[in-house]
Amino acid sequence: MSGPERVREWVGHPFWATALVLVLAYAAIRFGIPHVPPLFGVASAPVPSSVVLQYMLSVFLALMLYVSANEERWERFREPIRVLLVEPDLGWLRVAVLVAAMAITGWLTYTNVRPSYGAPAALRSIHPAPPDQIQFEGETLRLSRLQNPLREEGDLQEHYERGAEIYAENCVPCHGDRLDGQGHFANAFNPAPLDLTSGGNLPQLSESFVFWRIAKGGPGLPPEGTPWNSAMPAWEGVLSQREIWSVIVYLYEQTGFTPRSTEGHGGGEAGSSGSAAEGTS
Amino acid sequence: MSETGAADGVGRSGSGSSRAVRWSGAAAAALLAVLALVEPGLAQQTEQVYGDFPVVGPRGAVWIAAQLHLMFAAFVLGVPMFAVVVEGIGMWTGEKRYDRLSKEFTRLLLVAYSATAIWGAVLVFFLSTLYPTFWRHLTEVFAPTMWAYAGLFFFESFTLYVYYYGWNHMKEGAKKKLHLGLGVLLNVWGTLVLFIADSWLSYMMSPPSGVTAQTDPASIELWNAVMNFTWMPINIHRLIANVVFGGAIVGAYAAYRFLAADSDEERAHYDWMGYVGNFIAIAALLVLPFAGYWLGREIYAYDQAMGITMMGGFMSWLWIIQAFLIGVLFLAGNYYLWTGMDRIPGAERFQKYTKYLLAVLVLGFVVWATPHTMIASRQELAAMGGSHHPFLNVLGVMSAKNTAVNFMILATFISFMLYRRANKVPKVDWAKAGTWVQAAAVAVAAGVVLFYGVYGYFVTAEVRIGFSVYQVLSVLAAMVFVVGLDVAMMRGAESRGSIRWGKMPERSQYALFILAVTFTWLMGLMGFARSGIRQHWHVYQTVRDTSSQAATPALGHAAIMISVCVLIFFALVGLIFWLGTLAEEGSGGGGAKAVGEEGAGGGPGADVGEEGPRLESAEEQVA
Repeated sequence: MSGPERVREWVGHPFWATALVLVLAYAAIRFGIPHVPPLFGVASAPVPSSVVLQYMLSVFLALMLYVSANEERWERFREPIRVLLVEPDLGWLRVAVLVAAMAITGWLTYTNVRPSYGAPAALRSIHPAPPDQIQFEGETLRLSRLQNPLREEGDLQEHYERGAEIYAENCVPCHGDRLDGQGHFANAFNPAPLDLTSGGNLPQLSESFVFWRIAKGGPGLPPEGTPWNSAMPAWEGVLSQREIWSVIVYLYEQTGFTPRSTEGHGGGEAGSSGSAAEGTS
Repeated sequence: MSETGAADGVGRSGSGSSRAVRWSGAAAAALLAVLALVEPGLAQQTEQVYGDFPVVGPRGAVWIAAQLHLMFAAFVLGVPMFAVVVEGIGMWTGEKRYDRLSKEFTRLLLVAYSATAIWGAVLVFFLSTLYPTFWRHLTEVFAPTMWAYAGLFFFESFTLYVYYYGWNHMKEGAKKKLHLGLGVLLNVWGTLVLFIADSWLSYMMSPPSGVTAQTDPASIELWNAVMNFTWMPINIHRLIANVVFGGAIVGAYAAYRFLAADSDEERAHYDWMGYVGNFIAIAALLVLPFAGYWLGREIYAYDQAMGITMMGGFMSWLWIIQAFLIGVLFLAGNYYLWTGMDRIPGAERFQKYTKYLLAVLVLGFVVWATPHTMIASRQELAAMGGSHHPFLNVLGVMSAKNTAVNFMILATFISFMLYRRANKVPKVDWAKAGTWVQAAAVAVAAGVVLFYGVYGYFVTAEVRIGFSVYQVLSVLAAMVFVVGLDVAMMRGAESRGSIRWGKMPERSQYALFILAVTFTWLMGLMGFARSGIRQHWHVYQTVRDTSSQAATPALGHAAIMISVCVLIFFALVGLIFWLGTLAEEGSGGGGAKAVGEEGAGGGPGADVGEEGPRLESAEEQVA
């Protein structure tokens, strides 16, 4: 049998094909996702190990289902394992594989229990649920009904310019002059300041939600889902209601996003304004 | 504990020697009494009383009782729905094996029904002793429905007994129609019972507008409380989910009997039963996400804070787990079909397609379970520039996930169609053109799903939400159209041989166990998500939980509690399966034995290795 034929037969065998697909999938997830998209000008980053594990489990599960869904394929898949475990001539290989398996298990155990100075991986939700109402300098504001008053009064351009001034004075150090969350202080915070130009943020939010986040900042985040670790200050007491609304006008006009609005089928008294996040986690 | 504390408090003030203390106590009591008369809600707030329970605490006790009651109730409400349909098919086709299958389903109900009632009673006792104040609130609002519930439960029980024990007595002619009518009636009672119980729990989530902490519960109009915002979405979601759950548990029962079978006949019977259970579970599962989506929308519409906590906030990780588990369901259901193709002559023509279907399923699985906010170490977060991965974050939002799940539904549907066609060769002139039209219909549906999935990234959220409707409708329309065309195409089709029931690898049966366990686990987890979004409220923003266990449980704790419930449930279900076997032995004949007694052609057992027109029609009817 020639070399290419031998390779073809080897690749066509369910066991070795499974092993090959696993290796290729790992390479694609670990190295392909971080490095290939940037070649086409698309931003990417290494995939967190929790997601690598999840993806690899999915691929492994799928491969096991495929090889065992047909009796003949399943028999062929098990053949090399059976040979390894029972063939008298392969005693040396059996011992080598068992030693390697134990060594790998030991190494994985060691790396998992070894003391580390790094912070543990965090499970964090980033969509806080707003309260039904808040107190702003003694005034009760019901968020589910709150609208930006500047949309209905005066000149929007004036509000936009006033908002730009306030943003430049107060927000640029963290959120950046391009609103991309890359201000001078940005790298000092974890989590990083919000990228306001991302399509996953402002367009998902109603203006009342943004008002709440600016007014109450990190300290005003709800108790569930803690620790939030947000460095966002509470601007109540520093900015007036009108000034906050001006900044909100500026944010949406500058980014070109439309605030999320009501779907128009609220439940009477308990009806909602637009919600902040429809995406899962 | 709180109850004891309150009693101690009264005792201390009563036994104090100081006259001033006694007078001040009396004055305070008088003031409270006056306030209670003027403002009943205040009295209600100050009188929150809680009991104590060893080891797991009051919340744990109620949680376990409610969860187990719900699991058994889902089974006993789901199974009659398809039992009566299967009996109807038996009547219509004249095939006795459907009748026997339906009776076997119903036999499982009897013991499960008792377990439902027992856990229901435990739940009521726990609620009334551990959460007496809250229980009083519920009874003040819902007392008439509770009386009706008891009455309906009574009717349901006796209808079930007559339905099961009168089976042989009413097996012919008009009596058989009456028997079928009893089956329908059983479902009517069951559905009413479900709707009433749903009104209580949905009221806890979404009490009617105008009801506040100060509202006297006796003043709340009963119909307003029943017809609350989430009542009907929960009713519909549970009705469908009960069928899914019932089918999955029946499938697990069949798998258990298949693995324990002594004869080929028995194996053939339970192979067929497992197939029917799997078919029912997966077919109903295909429409369940749409009902769930409606419920989610209504929760958002009722209270956005609740909606955000559920989908984007604290509970959002449960949706990732849900995606993973539903992915397992899809994979297990398809796997069962693919392994089943080995026992169908002619199926080898289609087996080459399974790898492509698997690729679609796994890609959908990966997309659906990709979290938007990732679990990451500090270094990984820094490399990503936040919790969102700069490249994979496009898979974390609903546009991607809706698209993925619709593709998974389409792939599963194609698996069913291949299975259905496996041993048939259409003989109509237009068979080839028809098959191309079917493929085109599926391709158009896939195109619509993909188009709206991509377009969804470029529009605002409220527009995007509407896109999911177009995606769903295109998939449903394609499914209906393709099945309709297939039925017409397969009239007079040539058979390549009947299904060799029983010739199924044993590992395939574990797929049925996985389905049952995964469904049960999912019910618990997502039930926690629905219930937990009330957070520290017994009745959302109306009756506050002031107990020491008011905090919303952490996800890890909830997962442990639910897993314990699942283990208890399956231990009890195992007992029920075993009792079912005992009953069969005692009566000297059951499903498979009766098949054997009937002789050739009487059931799937008799069709092993033979040409069997009955199996052809079984495929027509069931698949």
